[in-house]
Amino acid sequence: MSQSYNRGLIEDFSRWREFEAGMWAWIFHKFTGWVLIGYLFTHIAVLSTAIPAADGATMMFEGSQTDVFTGTIVSLEGLLLVRILEVGLLAVAVFHMLNGTRLLLVDLGVGLEAQDKSFYASLILTGAITVASVPTFIAGAF
Amino acid sequence: MSTQTPTQTEESSETDAETDVPSKGDERRDEKRRRAAEKRARRQAEEAEKAAADEETVELKVFRYDPEVEGKQEPRFDTFHVPFTKGMTVLDALMYSRDTYDSSLTFRHSCRQAVCGSDAMFVNGGQKLACKTQISELEEPIRVEPLPHAEVEKDLVVDLEHFYDQMEAVEPYFQTNEYPDGELEEQRQTRENREKIKMSTRCIWCSACMSSCNIAAGDNEYLGPAAINKAYRFAMDEREGEDIKQKRLEIIEQEHGVWRCQTQFSCTEVCPKDIPLTEHIQELKREAVKNNLKFW
Repeated sequence: MSQSYNRGLIEDFSRWREFEAGMWAWIFHKFTGWVLIGYLFTHIAVLSTAIPAADGATMMFEGSQTDVFTGTIVSLEGLLLVRILEVGLLAVAVFHMLNGTRLLLVDLGVGLEAQDKSFYASLILTGAITVASVPTFIAGAF
Repeated sequence: MSTQTPTQTEESSETDAETDVPSKGDERRDEKRRRAAEKRARRQAEEAEKAAADEETVELKVFRYDPEVEGKQEPRFDTFHVPFTKGMTVLDALMYSRDTYDSSLTFRHSCRQAVCGSDAMFVNGGQKLACKTQISELEEPIRVEPLPHAEVEKDLVVDLEHFYDQMEAVEPYFQTNEYPDGELEEQRQTRENREKIKMSTRCIWCSACMSSCNIAAGDNEYLGPAAINKAYRFAMDEREGEDIKQKRLEIIEQEHGVWRCQTQFSCTEVCPKDIPLTEHIQELKREAVKNNLKFW
């Protein structure tokens, strides 16, 4: 789909362009979409440790034999980086959901005049939910 | 005729003078030319001085490029200081710059009242109609550039051939197979239907939307907001009849038709005539789905 066209000299000339709300919404939606796809792969990798765990595979965790699945998850949750990334993941997922709802309304032709306001609303709501989630995710991490 | 008579007498008196001293006419013309050039130079200097001294001036940074003149082939920005007057538009400032400082400054303009659609430009990072953009609403210095995603011909003039091709691809004219009974009957439109297509008829083919569209920039086959709006104007016109509407829907629901739109709303934001372009594209998407959906 995306190709580059030779439109002469001017297109090589870098230009600053002002983005409006709809454009930002599109960029954020694309970005969060790709992040969620990337997360899906790590998600599958972690959850797939349940298969050897079902066959009785164990690992050494904090001095005792634990099954692989529990061991993997608990050790990952012990990392500060993972805790922080989880907050980011929530923010990304919440924005993608809220903006997805906004796009659904746009596709139905509902409230197109207020599309910029609904974008700002989804941003603010994402921020609020993310902040509210911090105690849950970070508790005991430090 | 009456306006020509005095000229003729003037000419005859001139020839009389020329018979006395044959070279006098040439001399006088040379003198006149020299004086005009002097006057122009003096006026330019005066205006520049006045503009510099005047507190209320606006700084304009204008994109310059001329492929035909050596030394101007490298794109550059020229700065012009224009005395501000109340109600001044970007086009006014450009015309002042051209008339006062540099007569080679090139841009399209015609009606100066947002009707002809000639002077769409990239002003301070957004596609704007220069004649409709108030200087007082812009931040200084004002950057004036040619429209993005089109080849620049010279200075602020871009090649709009591709845009016109896309507009013509949707057959932007009224077609119908359904005629009223009497030969002299008018093809009447209901008030409601007129109201429905009202906004879409306001397009002035300025190409601002096409230039702002991210998708059109990456996909040359995409019809673009203006062309789809044109298709909407006729597809929604009830007088055209069902079979013509079917033909129109087939054009707009092609691979590079309405489905390429990703609702970035850039076109709706830049449209100088406030046409709800995205809304029209979305409505045509729904029409296309309804057209192809079968429940049996």
